[in-house]
Amino acid sequence: MSSESLRIVWIYPDLLSTYGDRGNALILARRARQRGMPVEVLEVRSDERLPATADIYLVGGGEDGPQALGAQRLLADGGLHRAVAQGSVVFGVCAGYQLLGTSFFAKGVQCRGLELLDLQSDRGESRAVGELAGEIDPRLGLPPLTGFENHGGRTHLGPEVSPLARVTAGVGNDGATEGAWRGKLLGTYSHGPALARNPALADLLLRWATGAHQLPPLDETWSDRLRNERRSAVAAARA
Amino acid sequence: MPLRAKVASSVSRTAAALSRAAGRGDGSVIGGWIGLKIDPDLLAHLSAGRAIALVSGTNGKTTTTRLTSAAVGVLGRVATNSFGANMPSGHTSALAKAGSTPYAVLEVDEHYLAQVLEATEPHVVALLNLSRDQLDRAKEVAMMAQLWRAALVRHTDVRVVANADDPLVVWAATPPGDPARGINPPHVTWFSAGQRWHDDSWVCPECGSTIQRSGEQWWCTGCPLRRPEPHWVVEDEGVLDPTGAWHKVSLQLPGKVNLGNAATALAVAAEFGVRPVDAVSRLGIVTSVAGRYAQVDKDGRNIRLLLAKNPASWLEAFDMADEAPTLLSINARDPDGLDTSWLYDVDFAPLRGRQVLITGDRAYDLAVRLDVNDVPFQHVRTFDDALRSVPPGRLEVIANYTAFQDIRAELDRVI
Repeated sequence: MSSESLRIVWIYPDLLSTYGDRGNALILARRARQRGMPVEVLEVRSDERLPATADIYLVGGGEDGPQALGAQRLLADGGLHRAVAQGSVVFGVCAGYQLLGTSFFAKGVQCRGLELLDLQSDRGESRAVGELAGEIDPRLGLPPLTGFENHGGRTHLGPEVSPLARVTAGVGNDGATEGAWRGKLLGTYSHGPALARNPALADLLLRWATGAHQLPPLDETWSDRLRNERRSAVAAARA
Repeated sequence: MPLRAKVASSVSRTAAALSRAAGRGDGSVIGGWIGLKIDPDLLAHLSAGRAIALVSGTNGKTTTTRLTSAAVGVLGRVATNSFGANMPSGHTSALAKAGSTPYAVLEVDEHYLAQVLEATEPHVVALLNLSRDQLDRAKEVAMMAQLWRAALVRHTDVRVVANADDPLVVWAATPPGDPARGINPPHVTWFSAGQRWHDDSWVCPECGSTIQRSGEQWWCTGCPLRRPEPHWVVEDEGVLDPTGAWHKVSLQLPGKVNLGNAATALAVAAEFGVRPVDAVSRLGIVTSVAGRYAQVDKDGRNIRLLLAKNPASWLEAFDMADEAPTLLSINARDPDGLDTSWLYDVDFAPLRGRQVLITGDRAYDLAVRLDVNDVPFQHVRTFDDALRSVPPGRLEVIANYTAFQDIRAELDRVI
């Protein structure tokens, strides 16, 4: 960690918070505090400078206009690039995932991304809306991904990133793979409060940020029930 | 009315009656749907000769429509779609069923406002608010404001009654005129009903700059868009009218949000020439609206039903609810939207210290949310389990759309 407390930055909630994105900051902060870590959550609006010294940066979902504006301001600010160079963790969701790549489409125009992940996004023929599930890259040692997706993009991964998961339900990047990761940067189409349904993914980000190999287990009663219920719903929809 | 419209109107009424008799619904949609199949212009024919007000927005439409009907009722008979059937089939059905009335007050789904403006040529349109709601299928919020604005450009003769506290509504209500072609912007009467929810209006819809807020004021940092001075304002337990006169409003409906709805109703009625002093007492006759705010006594419990469909309306529901045991019920069926992400846009902290019970198809989503929010809760499988789990006295029930209907069914479809 960079200081006495774990610093989490929620990037541009005024632009990139379409639907429940706050949940990821809340869940990370709570799971860290339950392990006795002091936590500081900073909400940095798009007219403010981005601090380059935080441990975890969260980039949420957004409509086309705010997504393009958010990418422009992050490029002009440069703080996120400095943070990544210093080894900070970045978690991007939906529009926030796309803008970490080299390019994406917003309002029919190709926009320059932050080039932090080797991927590019364009438009699919139809919007992907519904449950998203997948088997996560075994090297990350996580249980299956579960989420809800709502996006019109299709994302093509370059050789320098690995898919986060192999899709078992829904579309994700292209119907076969979902999300991407490299180093301590990770993105997913599982939108909004993705970490609510994937507490193990939240813990992965916390481990990356703290360097801890293991974190003390927490009571997962309700998230286990939620995950099981969603898994059954996806299976029932397929049957 | 042309013969085709007469036939369509008559068939529409019959179908509605059959639907009710068969117990298949309250008939407020099916009749209109069949009528519109026979005569696609039926809504326009049924609207002709009536002075009409339309009420639209994300939240509060049904209640404001009911209050406005009560206020306009000072002048004569009012046709209205009081069951919340707010698409053109519902409007058609409501007007056909009401027969000839001098007035109509119609609740309009925000997606259909342009179409219904076209068909009904209303005298007044009331624009309440715009916020995120069922984003997995609804239009994004800024897009909705754009659609409203484009519709008003084509109807600059309509009188607009709009919420000064919502930047998206203010922008939608003030399209530029075209003086060269003799087109003036629509006449707007502003009301202030307060707005607890701000998270959809940090970015200016006109220029993309940040919107600043201070107290009740808001302004864009990059262009002239700012809060207009309201003509109608909620103050204490009453409403200040444009002349500066204050009218005490005694409602049977809870919460500050309903005082705002009452102010809107008085402002709309004033556009028809109704004096607030004549209308204000009629607002108190409205008790519940399609089950919303209904109170039912069962097994020694006084159950009150509050509908909350999206983040903005949850915040209002917490404000209305008493400090009493509270049952929260969440579904995610088609009418609710399939996505529960919005739970994280709601801060449930106001419920701390109350006995909280949860139920519904998606109770586990709610459980994880409340856990993160440090709100202790108990999960119950059925409404009867919930009743048995609370002491005699008030039980507040806050539920989203189909969850609300499920509980209403348990209580014999209370209205």
